[in-house]
Amino acid sequence: MKRWPRRMLAILVVVALGPAVIAWAEYADVTINTRSEAEGVAPVIYPHWFHRIRFQCSVCHVDLDIKMGAGTTGITMEKLIDGQYCGACHNGNIAWSIDNCDLCHSGRPGLETGVKGGHETMGPGLY
Amino acid sequence: MSPIRAISLVIVLTVFASAVLGAGNWQPLKNDGLHDPENPAIEILQEPGEALGVLVPDSAGNKVDWVRSLQEGLIEPRPSLDGDEEPNIRDTTVLMKNTYPLFYVRFTHKPHTQWMSCEACHDRIFVPQVDANPINMGKILEGEYCGLCHGAVSFPLTECNRCHNTNPATLGREEAATGEGTQ
Ligand code: HEC
Ligand code: HEC
Ligand code: HEC
Ligand code: HEC
Ligand code: HEC
Ligand code: HEC
Repeated sequence: MKRWPRRMLAILVVVALGPAVIAWAEYADVTINTRSEAEGVAPVIYPHWFHRIRFQCSVCHVDLDIKMGAGTTGITMEKLIDGQYCGACHNGNIAWSIDNCDLCHSGRPGLETGVKGGHETMGPGLY
Repeated sequence: MSPIRAISLVIVLTVFASAVLGAGNWQPLKNDGLHDPENPAIEILQEPGEALGVLVPDSAGNKVDWVRSLQEGLIEPRPSLDGDEEPNIRDTTVLMKNTYPLFYVRFTHKPHTQWMSCEACHDRIFVPQVDANPINMGKILEGEYCGLCHGAVSFPLTECNRCHNTNPATLGREEAATGEGTQ
């Protein structure tokens, strides 16, 4: 009887602090690592939240032909330097230029290609 | 009140508040499990909480009500690279009734066309004709139709009632009969 509040306290602490300790990617962050690590650079992290404040979905997914599927567009550095995909904006004109390798290649080693913080972690998996 | 009880109460309230309001728990980039804390970019990139904390709060996904944030003018996502394209807003709705036992789904074009052009959906995801698409919940959960965006980038599929938003009992008789709603 006397023990029980303490045990409950322990459970509550875990529940309360859990979300602060567990790593939690921002919803809709896309990681792309189809070639990056194999070619000696860190995986790419593309943040949807940051870009959708500035651009509608169709700017990228219709006008720039970026596919709605992580890793399926076939992005390469050659195409970016050529002004395609990210390179249509990251050209020193609309956004900072392609020389800022670290800003895109910012992922931890071993990241898998995919959309993060989404249904993989909280959504239909539970349904 | 004993200290343990007091602490428990505070924690319960915190859990409750964070669950209900969902506010303020954006992860700093360095411990989001994706970014490499050793990478110099971590000092330069914007923290999600800084950008998202000033928008209309919500309880799921990015913890931002993107539709309201746009409609209230807090953000102005450009419709094209140079931003000078005419917006093409459609104001019709489509009622979808194969939802038993949940409420009907009323799909609204307006918020969607404020976020994207018609080509984002037509015809690559949906044929632009009422009841012409064999949508069901199983396919949505597998990432087809509505589930291509919802559950990945737009609000997650756990928010059943945002899509299943129309009680059949409150529909006008005529609308219930034709299954077609406008405006
Ligand atoms: C600045 C460009 C840009 C904008 C704006 C943008 N996206 Fe994306 N989106 C991407 C990129 C890049 C990918 C990853 C493509 C790849 O890896 O081949 C992606 C991937 C996706 C995916 C696939 C995720 C998965 O399941 O693998 C979906 C769905 C998506 N975007 C929806 C949206 C929606 C909805 C919006 C508008 C709210 C939007 N995007 C705005 C660039 C953008
Ligand atoms: C605007 C974002 C961005 C910037 C800036 C950027 N990259 Fe990339 N890079 C990408 C994307 C996206 C890929 C495709 C990733 C994949 O499929 O693994 C990629 C792929 C690569 C690859 C794999 C091979 C290839 O050619 O596709 C290498 C190597 C690479 N980048 C090096 C660099 C270097 C070096 C710089 C700086 C000079 C740089 N990147 C700057 C986005 C960027
Ligand atoms: C439609 C234009 C557009 C496209 C396409 C685009 N970006 Fe960006 N991106 C921007 C703009 C604008 C900024 C803000 C630049 C600034 O602050 O000067 C930005 C900033 C960023 C940032 C920094 C975010 C921060 O926290 O400051 C990253 C990382 C990034 N982009 C990655 C990518 C990658 C990877 C791709 C391709 C997969 C891509 N972007 C495609 C327009 C674009
Ligand atoms: C987010 C995806 C999406 C976008 C963007 C979108 N639609 Fe639709 N549209 C739908 C869906 C879903 C239906 C219903 C299909 C069904 O009932 O099977 C539909 C139905 C329609 C219909 C038949 C019903 C009606 O409303 O008359 C027309 C016409 C149509 N769309 C035109 C457009 C036009 C024009 C635009 C651009 C201004 C547009 N749509 C943008 C998803 C979309
Ligand atoms: C993004 C919007 C969306 C969300 C979120 C959503 N649904 Fe649905 N649901 C639909 C649509 C669209 C249909 C098909 C309606 C039609 O074709 O008439 C549907 C159909 C259904 C059906 C009917 C049977 C079937 O398999 O198609 C059930 C049951 C259902 N949903 C349950 C749920 C539950 C439970 C949740 C929450 C976990 C949920 N839905 C979340 C859009 C959604
Ligand atoms: C191409 C991507 C895409 C598809 C497909 C899509 N949506 Fe959405 N939807 C969005 C975006 C972007 C928003 C803005 C809110 C957000 O991102 O969370 C949105 C918002 C909504 C909202 C909230 C509207 C409001 O007024 O707050 C509802 C409800 C909704 N969608 C239902 C549906 C249903 C039902 C379907 C399938 C018939 C569907 N969506 C298909 C991208 C999509």
